Amino acid sequence: MDIKKMKDAHKNLCAYNYELGKIDKGYTDRILHVDVSDNQVSEIQVDPEVKDKFVGGRGYGMYYLFQGTDKNTKWNTEDNEIVISAGPIAGITQYPGAGKSYVVTISPLTHAPIDSNVGGYFGPYLKFAGFDALKLKGKASEDVVVFIDGNKGTVSIDTAPKEPLDSHILAEILTDMYALEERDKEFISVVSTGTGAENSKWGMLNFSFYDPRRGKVRLKQAGRGGIGTVFRDKRIKALIVKYEGLKGDTNNPHDLGILQDAGVKVHREINQFDDVQNQMRKGGTSYLTEIMSEFDLLPVNNFKYGGHEDAHKIGQEVYKGKFELSDCDGCWFGCTLACAKVVEGFELTTGPYKGQKVIVDGPEYETIAGVGSCCGIFDPDYIIENNFYCDTYGIDTISFGTGTAYVMDMYEEGIITKEMTGGLELTFGNTDAAMELLHQVAHGEGFGKIAGLGVRYVKNWLLNEVGGYDEEQRQLIVDAAMECKGLEYSLYMSKESIAQQGGYNLTNKGAQHDEAWLIFDDMIHKLWPTFEDKAEALYFFPLFRTWFSLVGLCKLPWNDIKPEDNAETEQPSLIIEHINNYLELFYGVTGKKIDLDQMIEQSARVYNLQRIFNFRCGFGSREHDQPPYRAIGPATVEEYESRVERYDNQLTDEHGKDIEGLSTKEKLEMMREIRESNYQKLCDAVYERRGWNNNAVPKIETLEKLGIAYPELIEVVKPLL
Amino acid sequence: MRILKYDETKCTACGICESACSEAFFKVDDRNKSVIRIEEGESNPKITVCNQCGGCISVCPTSAISRNKNGVVVIDKKACIGCLSCVGFCDYFAMHYHRDQTEPFKCIACGICSSKCPTGAIWIEK
Repeated sequence: MDIKKMKDAHKNLCAYNYELGKIDKGYTDRILHVDVSDNQVSEIQVDPEVKDKFVGGRGYGMYYLFQGTDKNTKWNTEDNEIVISAGPIAGITQYPGAGKSYVVTISPLTHAPIDSNVGGYFGPYLKFAGFDALKLKGKASEDVVVFIDGNKGTVSIDTAPKEPLDSHILAEILTDMYALEERDKEFISVVSTGTGAENSKWGMLNFSFYDPRRGKVRLKQAGRGGIGTVFRDKRIKALIVKYEGLKGDTNNPHDLGILQDAGVKVHREINQFDDVQNQMRKGGTSYLTEIMSEFDLLPVNNFKYGGHEDAHKIGQEVYKGKFELSDCDGCWFGCTLACAKVVEGFELTTGPYKGQKVIVDGPEYETIAGVGSCCGIFDPDYIIENNFYCDTYGIDTISFGTGTAYVMDMYEEGIITKEMTGGLELTFGNTDAAMELLHQVAHGEGFGKIAGLGVRYVKNWLLNEVGGYDEEQRQLIVDAAMECKGLEYSLYMSKESIAQQGGYNLTNKGAQHDEAWLIFDDMIHKLWPTFEDKAEALYFFPLFRTWFSLVGLCKLPWNDIKPEDNAETEQPSLIIEHINNYLELFYGVTGKKIDLDQMIEQSARVYNLQRIFNFRCGFGSREHDQPPYRAIGPATVEEYESRVERYDNQLTDEHGKDIEGLSTKEKLEMMREIRESNYQKLCDAVYERRGWNNNAVPKIETLEKLGIAYPELIEVVKPLL
Repeated sequence: MRILKYDETKCTACGICESACSEAFFKVDDRNKSVIRIEEGESNPKITVCNQCGGCISVCPTSAISRNKNGVVVIDKKACIGCLSCVGFCDYFAMHYHRDQTEPFKCIACGICSSKCPTGAIWIEK
C-alpha cells in the first residue's frame, strides 16, 4: 500500500476554516453541516430551546434529521442526512463508558429514522474539535473523504479514488495518512464502512480508535439499520477527525469533583466485583451466552429454541482463552469495564483476505448468538472469522446473523431451494455455506444479493415474487421472519416474556433490545403480573435507556457491574445507585440539576419526536408494532413439542383450557389465539401509559405536557387523532 | 527500589507528614492533598502510602504511569488524561485525586515527610 500515492490522488473540493471555539459545560453549541453534493460546509448555532428540549446525542440527531428532511425523503434521496452526535457527557474521562456517539439517518431497512450507538473516539473528538454534531447531507459525484482538523480549525472535502473500501485496511491507511508522526495516531478517529455497505442494506459504520499498546487501529460499530448503506450511497468513503490535547477537563464540566467522585466509585466497584459478577474485563459480553442458554433465552435455529447443549462451546470460557487481554480494553478513555475484547493474530481461512493474520474486535454476545447459535453454529473460530468479515465489509453482525438464520430456516423447510441459492446448502450449522453467503452479500453476488436486502425483503420476495407455496408454508414465511418494522431481531428469546415482546416491538426503530430488556424481571421474578404493570415497565425502561443516548453514555456500566449492596435495594434491576450517579454526572457536566422524573421527561421528548417522525415517514401506527408470531409463541409443531410440558401446563393451569385428546396442532392454535390476544392487551396498556391513542399516535396533550407541541409535530399527528 | 516504609507502632498520628507532603507538592496544608494518609487504626494509627507495586501501570489507558530508574512508580502529568482508573484500581487506596486538578497523585518516595517525622515511624528504604 503506497499511502503517499493515495494521498497524492486526492483532489481538494472544499477547504473550510472555522473558529475553534470553546466547550462550555459539555457543549459547543455548534453543529457542523457538510453537504457533499455541492461541497459546502457551514455551521449552525444550536438554538437554546433545542438544547433545552432535546439535550444532545440522539436528541440532536432526531431533531436535526427531522428538520433537515421532509415526508418525501427516502433513505437514498439526496436530502437524507446522517447525523452523528455525542452528547454533553460524552468525552469526560472519569466515568466508565462515557465516549459514545449516536448516529441517525433514514434507514434503508425501515424507511424511517434509525438510531445506532457506537464507541470509538469520533464523537468526543468531534466535540472537542468544536461541534456537538455533524450533519452529512447530499450525494457526492465521486468517492470523498471529509477531514476535520480540530486543532487547526479546518474542514476539508477531498476526492479519495484510490483507497480500498474495507474498514480494517481503510481505517489504518487513513490513520497513517493523517497522522504526522506515530504519536498522532491516538488523536485520530476514522468513520468508515466497507464493500458490504455498497451491496446490501445491512451496511454499518465503523468508528475507529488507535490502540497504542497493540499498535493497531481498532473498530467499534454503529451496527443497526443500514447507516453504512446510506453512507456509501452518499459516496462518502470516510470521515476523519483529529484532535490533540485531551485532558480530564476538556469537556469543561461545571464541577469536576462530582465527576471524579462518581467515576472513582465505579472504578472501584469494577475492580472489586467484576471478577465475581460478569467478568466483563476478561471476556466482554460473551458471559451472556451460557446464561441465556440456561434460561432458554439463547436463540437457536432462527429463534425456534432458546438453548442448546453445545452453548458452552461458544461460551465465555472458550473466548477468554482466545482473547488477548490488556488492562485497558475500553473503547473510550477511562472505561475500566473494558469489554472491547480482541483476538490477535487470527488467521483467516476464507474470502479475499484468506491466509492473512488479522486483529478482530469482539465477538460480543450479539455476534456470538447471531452468526452462531441462531444459525445452529457452535464453532467459536467460525464466529471470529465471520465477525472479522462483517466488520471489515461494513455489515451488521446482528442483521446478518438473524437474516442468515431466516434463510437457513426457509431452506430446511424447502421454501428456499438449492436452485434459488445457486447451490449453497444453507442448512443450520453449515459454516461453509454461511461464510460463503457473507462473501456473496458483501459483494452483491448470487443469493447473497437477495439475502442482503434484509429479512423483510426476503419474506416479501418469497410471498410475492417466488410464490407457489401452500397456506402453511406462507404462514411460516411470515411467522418465522424475525423482523419488526424491517429491522432484524437482536438476539434474545421473547416467547415467554410478554413485557419483552413489547420491549422488542413497541419500539421506535424496530426489533432491538436496547430500549428495554425486561425478561428476568417479567419472566423469572414476576415483578409485573398485570398488563398495567408491564406497561409501566415499558414506559420507564425505554425512556430511561433512551437517556444514555441523549448524553453520550454507554448502557453497560449501568447494570453490567453492580454495587455490592444492590441486591438489597427495593428493585435491584434499577441499580438505583448508578441512576443517582447519572443524575450527578449530568449536574457535574452541565450544571443543571435534574431528578429522575426530569431525566425521563428529557427522554420522552425525543421518544415522542421519533414516534412522530415514524408517522411522517408513513409508519408508526399499531400495525407496525406487530411482532412475527415466533417472537411471541411457538410457531410450529416442532417448537411446541420441544417444550410440550411448559406449553401444556400453561394452557391448563394458567388459562384453564381442557386439552385432553387435542393434537399438537390444535393446542398450537389455541396457544396462538391466547398469545396474540395478550399482545394486543399489552399494546393497549402501553399506548395508554405513553400518552398515545390506541393507534400509537402521541396525543396533543402529551406533547403539550412535554413542552414540544411544535406546529411541525402537531401537523403530523393532528390528522391521525 | 526506593520506597517509603513505615512502622505504625511508632506513629503518633501527629499529621506532620501529611502537612509536609501537601505543602511540598500543593503549597497548602491540606491532608486531602497529601499522598501519605494517617487514619485511626485499631491499636495503632493506620498509615496508607504507595508501596510502589506498580499495579496501576497497566490500567492507565495512555501509558502515563511508569517506573523510573529508582523503581518508583511515577505519573507523567502531561500524558495523563485524568480518568482516575488508577485510583479505582489501586488495591491499597494509595493513589489519590482532588477536585482542584485533573491528574491523580501518589507517593514518589521523595523523603520530605520522613525527614520531618518526629518519631521515626516513616523512612525511605533504597
